[in-house]
Amino acid sequence: MASLDVKRIRTEFPILEREVHQGVPLVYLDSTATSQKPSVVIDSMDSFYRTNNANIHRGIHVLAEESTAKYEESRGRIANFINAQSAKQVIFTRNTTESINLVAYSWGRANLNQGDLVILTEMEHHSNLVPWHLLAAERGIRLEFIPVTDDGYLDLQVYEVLLKQEPRLVSFTHMSNVLGTINPARKIIQMAHAVGAITLVDGAQSVPHIPVDVVDLDMDFLAFSAHKMLGPSGIGVLYGKLDLLEKMPPFLGGGDMIKAVHLRTFTPNSLPHKFEAGTPAIAESVGFSAAVEYLEKLGMEKVETHEQEIIHYALERLEEIPGIRVYGPSAKDKGAVASFSLDDIHPHDVSQILDRYGLAVRAGHHCAQPLHERLGIPATTRASFYIYNNFQEVDKLVEGIYQVKKIFS
Amino acid sequence: MEDLYREVIIDRFKNPQYRGKLEPNDISFEDDNPLCGDHIRIDLRLDETDRVNEVRFDGHGCAISQASADLLAESIIGKSLEEIKNLTKEDVLELLGIELGPVRLKCALLSLKVLKAGVYGLGEASDDLVE
Repeated sequence: MASLDVKRIRTEFPILEREVHQGVPLVYLDSTATSQKPSVVIDSMDSFYRTNNANIHRGIHVLAEESTAKYEESRGRIANFINAQSAKQVIFTRNTTESINLVAYSWGRANLNQGDLVILTEMEHHSNLVPWHLLAAERGIRLEFIPVTDDGYLDLQVYEVLLKQEPRLVSFTHMSNVLGTINPARKIIQMAHAVGAITLVDGAQSVPHIPVDVVDLDMDFLAFSAHKMLGPSGIGVLYGKLDLLEKMPPFLGGGDMIKAVHLRTFTPNSLPHKFEAGTPAIAESVGFSAAVEYLEKLGMEKVETHEQEIIHYALERLEEIPGIRVYGPSAKDKGAVASFSLDDIHPHDVSQILDRYGLAVRAGHHCAQPLHERLGIPATTRASFYIYNNFQEVDKLVEGIYQVKKIFS
Repeated sequence: MEDLYREVIIDRFKNPQYRGKLEPNDISFEDDNPLCGDHIRIDLRLDETDRVNEVRFDGHGCAISQASADLLAESIIGKSLEEIKNLTKEDVLELLGIELGPVRLKCALLSLKVLKAGVYGLGEASDDLVE
């Protein structure tokens, strides 16, 4: 069964028409950093600013009512996309990072004390490390890490041992932004719940690429960003279970997050507004909704199948190149991400030369420095794929890598 | 863009003329670019008039960082410490003969930063040295 009609999809992303150097078309292999945007997303925000723009809530005029309705419709669509029972459980933030910080500062400060244990993993993005470092400095909480095996999986046997120390929270990435590893979220969450811990899932890479159902997986918190799933930058989501969110104190203070304010006191607003201080990213919420609608029409199962097809092909082609080492598990257990080293050529040189051929890849530690320390390398070159990438682009990547080798031979 | 991996850069990267260490030395300093793991150490021996008599660099990293260190080393032989303090970003770019974006500029300027920090006798190599 064919997965996605990539040929048609490509016509819906205007940026894919451009050349990056004269006569050299763009081959965009950096969707793990941020995805490109289809016309429907760009147009939805353009249309919002041209016809509906007003600040949300409390305005009595037509535009205010329209923009409020659109903002809340977006929330509803996104709630539905992850199968949240109620739109109230979808808090708009700036991005995944802010969502994780919200949990660390609001839930963390209210619930974690000196000596309390938070379990993280060695494959976390800095955004799921530093908020906990800050809380450790402030509160004296303890951090332990589920190790990464040599082939790029989480070592769940060590996790089982760590759980005996009765953690309060287990916070982990659903899909590694470097290795591509899709972690067994259901199992990790069940094991945490069995010892009374709650869980925070960094879904920045999983929600754009595979079906994620918060009820089915029994997630307590889920964080993700619009810009990695065809939507605009500047807006993300924190999903949380109602009883947790209800009990959490506000995070940022300001307008919209209050019911009433007096000179010396305030009463917080109800969910989800309690956590949304100040004018939010309104047009971006409209774009986010259009992105989710686009993904829903494609079908997340088909998106996942397409990515499985492309990563199988990519790994097969890449691994035939002498001197390459692709990190992470085999294709069946990972998303469409290939981070690699090539001989002893520095990733900066690799990506700079690939750029000559229009290939946009990323070089560095991809905001996962501890993982690179674990792998024993300072940096990798990362090619990542999404719904608009095809096999020909994998071939171009392979040709480009041979050119890099030629220059450095 | 085509110029970025000019023959001189690839050649200096593969066949550096000044790679090594000087022990003992008059000035030695090392630092790295934590973002990409590039590392440069530069050792100097001075003559009786405090001009650079011998220079070696050591380290690892991308072609731009290593080639620029080799070219920079060559360019400072016979220079006084005052002349080295006056070296700028433009001097390094002229040696490389290329234009660079902001990310790669850091690679190219690591060696100058290390050299100047050593000559000034500073505890750490600050970006201000190569602004």
